Amino acid sequence: MPYIPHTDEDTAAMLQTIGISSIDELFSDIPRDVSISSLTGIPAGLNEMAVGQLMTQRASHVEKMQCFLGAGAYEHHIPALIWDIAMRGENLTAYTPYQAEASQGTLQLLWEYQTMMASLMAMEVSNGSLYDGASALAEAVLMAVRLKHKSNHPVIFVPTTLHPLYRRVLTTLLQPQTITIVEIPYDETQGIITLEMLDEIARAHPELTALIIPQPNFFGRLEQVDALTRWAHAHQALVIGVVNPLAMAWLKPPGQWGDKGADIACGEGQPLGIPLAGGGPYFGFLCCRLQNVRQLPGRLVGRTQDKAGNVGFTLTLQAREQHIRRGKATSNICTNQGLMVTAATMYMSLLGPLGLKQLAQTCYQQCQFLLTQLTAVSGVKPLFVGPHFHEVVLQLPQAPQKVIALMRAQGIFPGLDLEKWYPALKNTLLVCVTETKSEADILTYVRLLSQSLA
Amino acid sequence: MTNIPSEFKYTKTHEWAYRDEDEDFITVGVTHHAQQRLGDIVFIELPEVGIRVHEGEEFGVIESVKAASDLYCPISGQVIAVNSALNANPALINQHPFDAGWLIKLKPDDIADLDELLDADDYAAAVEEEDSD
Amino acid sequence: MVIFEKSQSGRCATAQVPAPNSTTETLDPVWLRQDKPVLPEMSELDVIRHFTQLSQKNFCVDTQFYPLGSCTMKYNPRGVQHFAMQSAFLQHHPLFPTDSAQGILACLYELQEYLKIITGMPFVSLTPMAGAQGEFAGCAMIRAYHQARKDNARVEMLVSDAAHGTNPASAAMTGFVVKEIPTTQDGDIDLTALQQLVGPHTAGVMLTNPSTLGVFDRSIIEVARIVHAAGGLLYYDGANMNAILGRVRPAEMGFDVVHINTHKTFATPHGGGGPGSGPVAVNDKLRAFLPIPIVAKKIVAEKTEYYLWEEEDCPESIGRLSTFMGNVGVLLRAYIYIRLLGEVGLKRVANYATLNANYLQQKLQEIGFTIAFPQRRVAHEFIITLAKEAKTQQVTALDVGKRILDFGFYAPTMYFPLLIPECLLIEPTETESKQTLDAFIAALKIIWHEIQHSPEKVCTAPSRLACKRLDEVNAARNLDLVWHEKKL
Repeated sequence: MPYIPHTDEDTAAMLQTIGISSIDELFSDIPRDVSISSLTGIPAGLNEMAVGQLMTQRASHVEKMQCFLGAGAYEHHIPALIWDIAMRGENLTAYTPYQAEASQGTLQLLWEYQTMMASLMAMEVSNGSLYDGASALAEAVLMAVRLKHKSNHPVIFVPTTLHPLYRRVLTTLLQPQTITIVEIPYDETQGIITLEMLDEIARAHPELTALIIPQPNFFGRLEQVDALTRWAHAHQALVIGVVNPLAMAWLKPPGQWGDKGADIACGEGQPLGIPLAGGGPYFGFLCCRLQNVRQLPGRLVGRTQDKAGNVGFTLTLQAREQHIRRGKATSNICTNQGLMVTAATMYMSLLGPLGLKQLAQTCYQQCQFLLTQLTAVSGVKPLFVGPHFHEVVLQLPQAPQKVIALMRAQGIFPGLDLEKWYPALKNTLLVCVTETKSEADILTYVRLLSQSLA
Repeated sequence: MTNIPSEFKYTKTHEWAYRDEDEDFITVGVTHHAQQRLGDIVFIELPEVGIRVHEGEEFGVIESVKAASDLYCPISGQVIAVNSALNANPALINQHPFDAGWLIKLKPDDIADLDELLDADDYAAAVEEEDSD
Repeated sequence: MVIFEKSQSGRCATAQVPAPNSTTETLDPVWLRQDKPVLPEMSELDVIRHFTQLSQKNFCVDTQFYPLGSCTMKYNPRGVQHFAMQSAFLQHHPLFPTDSAQGILACLYELQEYLKIITGMPFVSLTPMAGAQGEFAGCAMIRAYHQARKDNARVEMLVSDAAHGTNPASAAMTGFVVKEIPTTQDGDIDLTALQQLVGPHTAGVMLTNPSTLGVFDRSIIEVARIVHAAGGLLYYDGANMNAILGRVRPAEMGFDVVHINTHKTFATPHGGGGPGSGPVAVNDKLRAFLPIPIVAKKIVAEKTEYYLWEEEDCPESIGRLSTFMGNVGVLLRAYIYIRLLGEVGLKRVANYATLNANYLQQKLQEIGFTIAFPQRRVAHEFIITLAKEAKTQQVTALDVGKRILDFGFYAPTMYFPLLIPECLLIEPTETESKQTLDAFIAALKIIWHEIQHSPEKVCTAPSRLACKRLDEVNAARNLDLVWHEKKL
């Protein structure tokens, strides 16, 4: 019996102890007329070897392509030790560290993660993770609304330069609340939102709860984070920064935006040592000011002492969480993305501040190199004027379908056709270049793109 | 001082209300029973001075390691003072629930509302009933 | 020592850093941070030592019996991890076209089909990323259902007073007013109270069966009838599915919507706090509202092709809960686990999980521990209460839990469900042998003796672990959440 160790003798002895003659008697409380006797349709079990062969076959039906696609999930080199250590049984098969004395490894790691993430964002505190970037943003909005509890009709300004799928998730998760989401269109030349547009829209919505600022935005462009932050604060609104954590090792982080810094920082942690993996599991991060920590959803680890006076770590402020506060909790979140945080903490530790900064800068330079090479390809240029991080929207002389099909046949996936998400952006491709591409890879890309357009 | 002093009035939700002779305001806190059940208090969230609160309405949150309970207003009125000493030292609630651990001072809409609250004996009976459940 | 104390300025794991290239391109300083974030500066060897040593401080299923009630800490088969982590799966970008992901989609499609069979519900979505998100989805679908019928009076969600905290929290997040239904002395839902609580304001009722009390609610058919007669929908919290796999299904019990915890019933690893996943299954009433994307199948020129239903295909969907497809890696693991067990293996799960729980309960009762429901058959988990010992010996459930750690076992769930004072909720799962259970029983026999004759040993536990009992009050009063470099 796979994974069930009972021998017939064991079972007989246990039945005798209980005082029954068959396992079926254990289920006497289940009314007969709702019981079922089989799970017809579930195939017969396979042993490990056979399942392995099946999964190898399934893997062979997944097309491996060289990835020039970003759009919210980024390919980076993941050092070998990260998943070797993350997959140790002590990390993989432990559970939520409610019994602190038996979970000091998990708890200390989370405390170190909190420190690293908070500092990366230049914020005062971080929580122990949420599900992903989009749901973290939804939690950030709910937190902002709680912080400004005097408002009966919360209004959130959401730039259309925020990832389109994040905007969809926000709509779903915020649906039950009476929160008005107002979209801020972007400037068509620059691919960012402008103060002029904010001023115009603010006229119809004088009371604003929060402004969301992505950095970089979905187009890879850098938003004017200082000016936008000052604008929001001048309008008594909170600032929620949604950022790429790797970029923040090099770019100005949310806590340093404007004069007072962003109020909440969140985003997708996947770039920090998490594989693309078909879309998940990833993890969301959320950081805020210390004075607002009681409104921060998710787990928090605090450092304290044990009875012997030794340093120890424990979950703290649990009274805010669902298992204690129930219907009035800051969030319903229970299981989060612990293992991904373990990996990300090791990743940040391995690269350190200098390594992450260099990595971010290299990604930027890779993208710049691609753009320089593309100047030789007629009809192809960046759509938006202004600084980018490692992603760029290319304007093509034709619809991208043919280019994508031809390059894919050569084993390269060249980028995302944006028309589906932004109907006005016809003949465009969102392209990302990270450190994983060699100079030769980029030159090949340019050559094949040029050929595909011919 | 006994654990349920007779000069105080009480609610079923374990708040107390006390009016000093001839004063036109009342002081509100939580009882010995409440602090004992909660355990060591780690944080207290209190309203701003000046706001109005209504009888039965939540006016704050009291937090221990194992629980976060709402505080319910005993009678309607306006908050005229909050105990800021509790920010640095929430343990005052555990040590001195009936004096130094007071929570807010309230100017009642109608001082006669105090008579609607439980007296010490009724509160003692309510506590005993709760404990035996 | 924390990692920052091992850090040396300027040190770096240079093998991991991209080589500097010839480009001098950079951004204007106005965009850049000028300070250095507080991240460790270590060699690779120091990093591997630090994190390996940290991991060695954890109790885990791979090393210890972990009878954590409500969590189903069963063995996480290693083969599952290996097969789910093949490079083709790990390298796949979620926005690559679906025709390049057929191998992944085939597994997810089949998982959807298996979950339909297991729950008895005809429609499934895999996207919720944890049980709590599944609950949110279920509540949001119930809300959408009533709104579609223009019934705006249904603002209340009823939950059992024994419910897991995520139930009322999820209902509140979905905008419902939460009301509690009491449980009887026997552990069943109080039908009279339920009848009084339901009405035109009832959107739905959230339950699990067996309940968190560890017993099967025998009146579940009547509960379903009452709720449906009042116009509400019935939600099944799948946390306790380990008790009923192949014996009874939420559909036959009368539920309209179910969520499953793959990290409980389907052995996806707990990871120190996740990731899990919480797929939802519904009947025809809620079909239109399922969260997207959903994996679909079509036959094109006699070939099977998998693709995704998105906004256009599901116009009434509550929408997306995650950026991409949820926790795909976790879902693949659940799929592989089901393929390993097969129909017969899945049916054995409930049998042996229940056998183990009843055996353990019987033995602990013989030692002298007070069982919460001695008159009932327990399901896959059971409760002992230390209420008497707390009064007579001043030994609490917390003390006993900490002393269990001293014997090398993880402690059972403490103080949940809230209804039973000083309780320990014990769930052995089916993957534990009689020998392991007997070792646990032997330890509890010693602890029982200590409670009677030397309670201080229990009250000061853990004493054998490197870490003693922690000052949680201090941790909450004097928040120390991030490391700060001490300034001399």
